[in-house]
Amino acid sequence: MAATNKPPVTGAGPFNGVLTWFDQRFPLMVLWKSQLSEYYAPKNFNSWYFYGSLALMILVIQIVSGIFLTMNYKPSAEHAFASVEYIMRDVPGGWLIRYIHSTGASAFFIVVYLHMARGLMYGSYRKPRELTWIFGVLIYLCLMAEAFFGYLLPWGQMSFWGAQVIINLFATIPIIGEDLSVWIRGDYNVSDATLNRFFALHVIAIPMALLGLVAAHLMALHETGSNNPDGIEIYENLDPKTGTPVDGIPFHPYYTVKDLVGVAVFLIVFCAIVFFSPEVGGYFLEYNNFIPADPLTTPAHIAPVWYFTPFYAMLRAIPSFFNMQVWGVIVMGAAVMIFFALPWLDRGRTKSIRYRGPIYKAFFAVFIVSFLILGYLGVEPTNVWGEFPKGMPFVGGDYIATWVARVLTVVYFAFFLLMPWYTARDKEKPVPQRLT
Amino acid sequence: MKKLIAILLVVPGLALAAGGGAALDKAPVNLHDKMSLQRGAQIFVNHCLNCHSASAMRYSKLSELGLSEGQIRDNLMFATDKVGDPMTTTLDPKEGKSWFGVMPPDLSLVARSRGADWIYTYMRGFYRDPAAKSGWNNTVFPNVGMPHVLWEYQGSQHLQAADKGATRLVLADPGKLPPAEYDKYVGDLVNYLVYMGEPARAKRVQIGIVVIFFLVIFFVITVLLKKEYWKDVR
Repeated sequence: MAATNKPPVTGAGPFNGVLTWFDQRFPLMVLWKSQLSEYYAPKNFNSWYFYGSLALMILVIQIVSGIFLTMNYKPSAEHAFASVEYIMRDVPGGWLIRYIHSTGASAFFIVVYLHMARGLMYGSYRKPRELTWIFGVLIYLCLMAEAFFGYLLPWGQMSFWGAQVIINLFATIPIIGEDLSVWIRGDYNVSDATLNRFFALHVIAIPMALLGLVAAHLMALHETGSNNPDGIEIYENLDPKTGTPVDGIPFHPYYTVKDLVGVAVFLIVFCAIVFFSPEVGGYFLEYNNFIPADPLTTPAHIAPVWYFTPFYAMLRAIPSFFNMQVWGVIVMGAAVMIFFALPWLDRGRTKSIRYRGPIYKAFFAVFIVSFLILGYLGVEPTNVWGEFPKGMPFVGGDYIATWVARVLTVVYFAFFLLMPWYTARDKEKPVPQRLT
Repeated sequence: MKKLIAILLVVPGLALAAGGGAALDKAPVNLHDKMSLQRGAQIFVNHCLNCHSASAMRYSKLSELGLSEGQIRDNLMFATDKVGDPMTTTLDPKEGKSWFGVMPPDLSLVARSRGADWIYTYMRGFYRDPAAKSGWNNTVFPNVGMPHVLWEYQGSQHLQAADKGATRLVLADPGKLPPAEYDKYVGDLVNYLVYMGEPARAKRVQIGIVVIFFLVIFFVITVLLKKEYWKDVR
């Protein structure tokens, strides 16, 4: 038996005995060493590297707060809205749990967007980390689905009409669209049946998929080792005596204590929102969602929550051709799906933006700016769905806003589609041998 | 006049979108002023609860405003005799619809969906309009079905043309309260509505200060811990 040949666990004081017993029946020390205490990470992680561990922590926060919410929430069209208010008023500490969950949803997207931006900047998606990136994009897709399903549950006006609008996007698909949207809703209208299935998907299906994908994301990452701000491989420069990377340090304790600093800063911002301004001016909790869902009254402004707005702006900008509205939906879908192709679009010889040439830097900067402006254009309320309102601040009338959004949509796609061309031709700087 | 209507139609929308448009007056909200909240609760049950419900709010919750169960029972409860009951109106939805065009909405969360400033301006924006079914119209909510319930206190206003096509409200017939007193009266009501929209709000801010204080100390500790561990990394 292999187990009996294992050395006893040392260094855990009074727990040595118990841990040895465990270790003989479970790969405890192997996992501990390979994933934490002897997982070598580059020593030059900067603050952009906090967002991975923060995303993991928010996932836990959302699952735990979500469990407590389901204890008092009622997924029925008749009782859902009142049960949320019951949580806010009559359940001890219920308001805190609810605000943690609602703030956590937006915080999750902020952290994930920053995490993705980090991946883009330092080329973390490049060979050999393509799978880590793909699992990450799948996590992002699951997160969007999770947010969409969860947003229906409070059964407010925005919940109802937001779901109505998004499900109707599927109805624009030729031939099968109508049947598909009915299949998603389980009814001809967003109704009790829709709420019930969205609850099931939000509470069981998507979280399970998320947990599996997060595990796969981390396993793939630890197989290849982490990238770093210089975009060079630390495992190519090993210490001849120890066989460990010269520029690497064990994840535990170095990065566990460093990530704690990130956790502290994050929690200060997070708690400031939860306790002092959980609505964030209507961006995290929309004002119209404090009105119960009313299928007979369309609210004046239907705008999605901020994290969907860059894609929503693209949808608004695309006109209908051949009497079909599906084009905007296709563009919106493509804008997300194109992330999957990124590892194969990039032909640069260097990974990190530190050593990239001027063309890439320009494209990258314009891409980030266009994403942010599209987000702004999507968040502005509109009277007619799918169109821009007149007299918008900064961009003027709806006509100009539509054209700005169209141009920026082109810029967004140009960053990806022209990448094989401009990354191969760019004048890159020499990459150092060691971490800087 | 067309311009005014356009402005009036746009302003509530902007206010909702931006959380407080320029045209709205600032409501004097102070959740620590228990006397104001008590007065507001009194105004609410006397004047609003006849037609509007606040089904998420229990009478017993008013004890948070410094009222005893006896005081709540004797002064504030007219529709029920159980303090644990929610504030529901006795108005029949069918009658409500036939009287006002729509059943008066539940007001539990009105301060959260409309905003305090909107309600404050709205409750001071009623004016006589012979063309309206109820005889009243409103500058913030044009052609609203609701009559001016507090007209005895404010008196009746008229809409008068002012410079450059703008209009202003003029008090034609003074009510029981002088204008400044009426503003305070509505202010108390709005204060109560804000409280009722989120009864935990004052407590939330209080706890938040302690939590942030704790987290700042936690932050300092994590920074020191990180420095200690990272001493040997070059």
